[in-house]
Amino acid sequence: MAKITYITQDKKKHIVEVQNGLTVMEGAVQNDIPGIDADCGGGMACATCHVYVKQDWFNKLPKKEDGEEDMLDMAFEPKTNSRLSCQIIVSDEIDGLEVDIPSKQA
Amino acid sequence: MNKTDALIIGAGPTGLFTAHQLKLIGLDCEVVDNLDKIGGQCIELYPDKPIYDIPAVPECTGEELTNNLIKQLKPFDIKFHLNERVEEVKKEENNWIVKTNNGTTFLTPNVIIAGGVGSFEPRKFSPKECEKFENKSLFYSVKNKKIFKDKVVSIFGGGDSALDWAVELSKDCSVNLIHRRDEFRGAQATIDKVHKLVKEGKINLFTKYQMTSVKGDERLESIEIKHDNNEIKNLKTDYVLGFFGLIMQLGPIANWGLNIDKKTIDVDTEKFETNQKGIYAVGDICKYPGKLKLILSGFHEGALAARACFKLARPNEKYRFEFTTTSTSLLKRLGKKE
Repeated sequence: MAKITYITQDKKKHIVEVQNGLTVMEGAVQNDIPGIDADCGGGMACATCHVYVKQDWFNKLPKKEDGEEDMLDMAFEPKTNSRLSCQIIVSDEIDGLEVDIPSKQA
Repeated sequence: MNKTDALIIGAGPTGLFTAHQLKLIGLDCEVVDNLDKIGGQCIELYPDKPIYDIPAVPECTGEELTNNLIKQLKPFDIKFHLNERVEEVKKEENNWIVKTNNGTTFLTPNVIIAGGVGSFEPRKFSPKECEKFENKSLFYSVKNKKIFKDKVVSIFGGGDSALDWAVELSKDCSVNLIHRRDEFRGAQATIDKVHKLVKEGKINLFTKYQMTSVKGDERLESIEIKHDNNEIKNLKTDYVLGFFGLIMQLGPIANWGLNIDKKTIDVDTEKFETNQKGIYAVGDICKYPGKLKLILSGFHEGALAARACFKLARPNEKYRFEFTTTSTSLLKRLGKKE
């Protein structure tokens, strides 16, 4: 279990407990957090689960795989701390993770 | 006006197999898709990615699956309307009148939405002011490259479309190529060519930059781009091209009075009919208790929706269930018997 904080565009913090083994994207979808559409269902094919990871956390997460960076080219306003939340697997190690959701995904 | 027994919206795997099922039971159908090719997500998002969970097909790519589905439709005469998006659906007595953005109209008792997660649209620039110049001096695809001759064209993106156009337009325009990082994801040969043209001064390359604003009144005059380290540059430019791939949007379907929740449409599990009689939803876009977003589920849903269409298209006939192994009429339709 990990506590994950999703910050939506209105600055509202949504703190949810997500089971280990799920992805940060699934945690958002299952808890109806707006702004994470995940159109492709986690196939790293759409960039609609794009999030900004708080910088200190960004360096702690396992590195991106090749395809993820390519897909981020397609995301809305990608930044250096951008990730696809479908590629971040939840574990005890990421308990306390905070991610910001971009103002829009389309 | 095109009259048909059923209109399928979406030419992905589910739409294609639904067309097969309709033709097999003796109904005609036509298919509309916003993409310029058949195959939907399979062909647009993962043509090369292997799929392992199609029954009796141990492994195939999105492209192979699409080609096999097209092959399976070969005995039948089905009209495809590609590059067209359905805009409007209106009830008229026992039929639906369906209009596309190209002005094609259909009259049909059955509309089957096999729309995946919506239609593919180009992903756009984020600054709001870009809309003002869209289709005048800012484009997401190239229809007529002649307008760029001897002009300054700023191209954004890091994939094949951006690179190919940078190479092509560098022949007779001044090209700026702008990308958010210093790696490209296009074909290696094209990337090499771009780097060569950059060295020769034929392409001005700006990496780790993104667009922050566009300036100009009637005509586009310049753009402002910002580096990862916050440095800002102003580029004089006549035209802007953005190649950020495609995004799926539900589009006008949202306005048809269907029960829609989170981009999916509620259906029953007998006919896969929506809350509107004669409008069905199958594949990834439909929702019911236990729904799985798998291609195989779409095949099942399409098969049942096709049988439901029979009732409305042939109100005076009775549908008879038959097997392709034994039924003479099915074998005739498949071209296997005279």
